[in-house]
Amino acid sequence: MADSKASENKAKIDIKNINVFYGEKQVIKDISLTIKEKIVTAFIGPSGCGKSSFLRLVNRMNDYIHNFRKEGDVLIDGKDIYAKEVKVEELRQEVGMVFQKPNPFPKSIYENVAFGLKIKGVTKRQILDEAVETSLRQAVLWEEVKEDLYKSALELSGGQQQRLCIARALAVEPSILLMDEPASALDPISTAKIEELIFKLKEKYTILIVTHNMHQAGRVSDRTAFLHLGKLVEYGKTKNIFTSPKQDLTEQYITGRFG
Amino acid sequence: MNKVQFNRLKDHLFQYFGVACTLFGIILLAIFIGSILKKGLAGIDFDFLSSLPSRKAEKAGILTAWTGTLWIFGLTALFSIPLGVATGIYLQEYSKQNWFTSLLEINISNLAGVPSIIYGILGLEIFVRTLHFGGSLLSGALTLSLLVLPIIIVATREALRAVPDTIRQAAYGLGATQWQTTWHQVLPAASGGVITGIILALSRAIGETAPLIVIGALAYVPFVPKRPLDEFTVLPLQIFNWISRPQHGFIVNAAAGIIILLLITFLLNGIAAFLRYRWQKKVNW
Repeated sequence: MADSKASENKAKIDIKNINVFYGEKQVIKDISLTIKEKIVTAFIGPSGCGKSSFLRLVNRMNDYIHNFRKEGDVLIDGKDIYAKEVKVEELRQEVGMVFQKPNPFPKSIYENVAFGLKIKGVTKRQILDEAVETSLRQAVLWEEVKEDLYKSALELSGGQQQRLCIARALAVEPSILLMDEPASALDPISTAKIEELIFKLKEKYTILIVTHNMHQAGRVSDRTAFLHLGKLVEYGKTKNIFTSPKQDLTEQYITGRFG
Repeated sequence: MNKVQFNRLKDHLFQYFGVACTLFGIILLAIFIGSILKKGLAGIDFDFLSSLPSRKAEKAGILTAWTGTLWIFGLTALFSIPLGVATGIYLQEYSKQNWFTSLLEINISNLAGVPSIIYGILGLEIFVRTLHFGGSLLSGALTLSLLVLPIIIVATREALRAVPDTIRQAAYGLGATQWQTTWHQVLPAASGGVITGIILALSRAIGETAPLIVIGALAYVPFVPKRPLDEFTVLPLQIFNWISRPQHGFIVNAAAGIIILLLITFLLNGIAAFLRYRWQKKVNW
């Protein structure tokens, strides 16, 4: 865990007094925090504590939930992403997302990775070919699929599909990557591969990862935020959170007394 | 006999019952096709396919009828496919779900059950008279398009509904607009169901007779239609006309006509099923 490097990095995402409501129900209560660039920030907490909703604020995927309402600000590089002038499609090309269950398109491996670029308007075959290879290499999947790029993505194993989804997200060259429990549907070996991958990726990308698995958070992240019932209980260096937590609630969660 | 044996017996009985029902349908179809072939195969020759109808049974051919059927097929496809699929996409992916859209959904399903002759009367008033298209291919195709539109709309909606939402989420997450998501990912994934709906719709259209009679398709058309505003006849209508003639020669012609109609239907369905297979292979659902 490169903690020392993390302290020097500048702020990438600023969350200021965020409250999130789905209709009458309030799922996030007055959370403020700053996420530094090019480190891995993990969000842990029991089910229903608002981690996924929080993550989805950053790429505005909550917009699709019809009774979603938010108060407060989310700033990326100092700019409010909910401002009227913001084109949400461009935001999502800056902020990529990997979902809990691998969801490749029912198309070939090549088509999956190239899709993000094609909708940006890239048509030249050579550019697409290079981008597909680069992304698949970054996702540590290239060697396994380079002979069969036109095979259907659905024929890959679960772990490979998830790495494909990561490659797909990386192809549009975002600066931030949101990962919502990316390994929870996978076997231990695939999980290990994904964690290694995350470790490599943080040299280039700012990564936010939601995880149910505390040990995973401990392994891959530089900073950890512990959420409970929509509130931010504690946020700090991962090492400190897990070895000397400041809040009682944090300690109880870490030691498995609830959640 | 104990309970397990009894359940196994029920299982086997049902299997036999299922096979029997299937065979029943196949045998009936075989009998029908066999008797038609017997009556009409002799009558099929190049002259038959390339001749205009005539008052003399030996000279009569189905040229105008099968060209009319193909025209109708083409024009109906041209009008109903884009309109039906686009409506289905709009209703399923874009419009908000409220009481109005529910009402719309119920009405569209109901329209699919309206007797076809009513569409004929509608077509007569709107296309033939008000728009002055006359008893032409255009009127016929527009009328049939209205008839089959609900089939395509409902099939499209069902097919789109079956596409998992995770696909849309993935596309939005990459920065796609709703249209890009629908056009590049959702619709291709739904293509199997959409094409099935189109096949069903067009098969229905080329077999329809009543609405075309109402809008003025003629039973005796001694010329080949060349433009959409030309008058026309179609195979079912020609067959119907021949069956009502007393001379035996016309019975042979009618049976021959039925064989041709069946061949066209099987051919069209076969092409569409093949297209569906190829498209689905690409989508790899």
